[in-house]
Amino acid sequence: MTALVRCRTGAWIGRVGRVIEVNELTKRYGSTTAVHDLTFTVRPGCVTGFLGPNGAGKSTTLRMILGLHRPTSGSALVEGRPFGDRSRGLRHVGALLDAGDLHGGRSARAHLSALAVSNRIPRGRVAEVLREVGLAEVAGRRISGYSLGMRQRLGIAAALLGDPPVLLFDEPLNGLDPEGVRWVRGLFRRLAAEGRTVFVSSHLMTEMEHTADHLVVVGRGELIAAESLAEFAARSGASVTVRTPDGAALATVLTAHGAVVRTDDGLLSVTGASAARIGELAFEHRLLLHELTPRTASLEQAFMELTADSVEYLAGETR
Amino acid sequence: MTTTEPHARFADLVAAEWIKLWSLRSTAGSLLIAALAVLGLNVGTAYDQNHYWAERTLADQAEFIREGLSLMTAFTSNGAMVLMLALGAFGAMAVTGEYGTGLIRATFAAVPARSSVLAAKVVVVGLVSTVFGAVLAAASFVLTQAVFAEHGAGVSFDRPGALRLVAASALLAPLSALTGMAVGALVRHGAGAVVGSTVLLLLVPIFLSTDRYWTAVAAHAMPYRAWTRLVDVVGTPAPSPYPGTVGGAWTVYPIWVLLAAGVTVAAVRRRDQ
Repeated sequence: MTALVRCRTGAWIGRVGRVIEVNELTKRYGSTTAVHDLTFTVRPGCVTGFLGPNGAGKSTTLRMILGLHRPTSGSALVEGRPFGDRSRGLRHVGALLDAGDLHGGRSARAHLSALAVSNRIPRGRVAEVLREVGLAEVAGRRISGYSLGMRQRLGIAAALLGDPPVLLFDEPLNGLDPEGVRWVRGLFRRLAAEGRTVFVSSHLMTEMEHTADHLVVVGRGELIAAESLAEFAARSGASVTVRTPDGAALATVLTAHGAVVRTDDGLLSVTGASAARIGELAFEHRLLLHELTPRTASLEQAFMELTADSVEYLAGETR
Repeated sequence: MTTTEPHARFADLVAAEWIKLWSLRSTAGSLLIAALAVLGLNVGTAYDQNHYWAERTLADQAEFIREGLSLMTAFTSNGAMVLMLALGAFGAMAVTGEYGTGLIRATFAAVPARSSVLAAKVVVVGLVSTVFGAVLAAASFVLTQAVFAEHGAGVSFDRPGALRLVAASALLAPLSALTGMAVGALVRHGAGAVVGSTVLLLLVPIFLSTDRYWTAVAAHAMPYRAWTRLVDVVGTPAPSPYPGTVGGAWTVYPIWVLLAAGVTVAAVRRRDQ
């Protein structure tokens, strides 16, 4: 793999073009379907965001990619083969699944040393990654005294140990302070720029907006979208807010011209037609406008709309 | 990014498990407390018997020395039960400590060859508990016999049966630890595993009567009964319709160990982690 690998879309399917391949992946626990018929690929050289509301099946999918959970059907391949078939993993995939996956009685140094030794990674690498994540000072202290943010950093250090071409992170920003969030974003960008495959899950679009090039969006275990961030933004569509005393008439005209109109408290929310076009149509039909405001939907909004049908836990419901 | 990968060695996994075991303060602490408790029970019993030496008749004193009855305190059954309880918990926690914390996911993501990880754990726990048991049984023997020294009633290692007693007691440690591991690998929950290994090692043998053939066979196959048979080196065993044999008792040890190791390694193979 070379640094020339760029994050691209569409036609970029080659030998190194598909590092993580998830194919018709399904996981059922008894009568509950956690993941249903999921198919997507994650490519090198980019940060791919894995988005979905809580309970959408993100963690289950990541665990199946890592061979920790066995798919009911379908497959998940890393570098062309099931990861679980390898005898040692750290040089192939670095993963942070849960910042709590540690034994609090050990020091960070001991935790990382055991992982390094098991994969025959030189012990010097432990000090290196501890420095990289900013835990060198506290490496000898027991993990039970660490904050959530420090545990996230330690989990990231463990993922980096084997200098792997593929990195998986499950909700890595939880518990990090703003400085930590900025650092992690920079780290992900850098890892991707080095040609690695970086796959990061999150339930917050805002976390991914400034980090990811690609998005894989899931809801209730099913794929909702797999596309570039730009495509996702375009698809979400911009809307135009119109204030008019002739709401019903304008709505009829706009609908006749292919736009989608929603009436909300005397305001029209129009998608599928630009502000200029709406103005023209209103002028042609001699309809009075009081306000004409183009609105760019935020990615967060687009995400909310896309996943609205598949939110597992709504506020007010008992979990 | 690495392009060449060194050959995967089992020794690396053993080294990693060694680091994991000793980087927990509780390891040395719990083993130390277990050792002190066992020694306290054994030496205390010896001290008690020696303390009332003068109350024995001269004939009793002579018989005590001739028959080497001091051997009966070299490793008491109370000591053995505490040893089994403590080492069973030790073995169980070596496995469930990873499950309870979720560390097992990080471990198996680093080493997808799960059975090899558990096999390395069996090697490390087996080795540590064997050394622990050997040192403890030898120390218990030396200290208890030293208690009787003032009356010349203590015996040495070359007394017939002494080595068998020490070896059977020493090996009870790895046997219990591996049993704890097997239960831990099956139930994957700390408290449940400790209770499970205690029931299996200590409670079940109590309920198995030796009056009927099949329950007697099952009873003699239990480690505690096997140990009891092996340390019974003085006097004649209590009469029983189906008495256990020394040879049979010795085969219980390796069979139990192999079975426990097999269960531990196989239990993690297919389940979701």
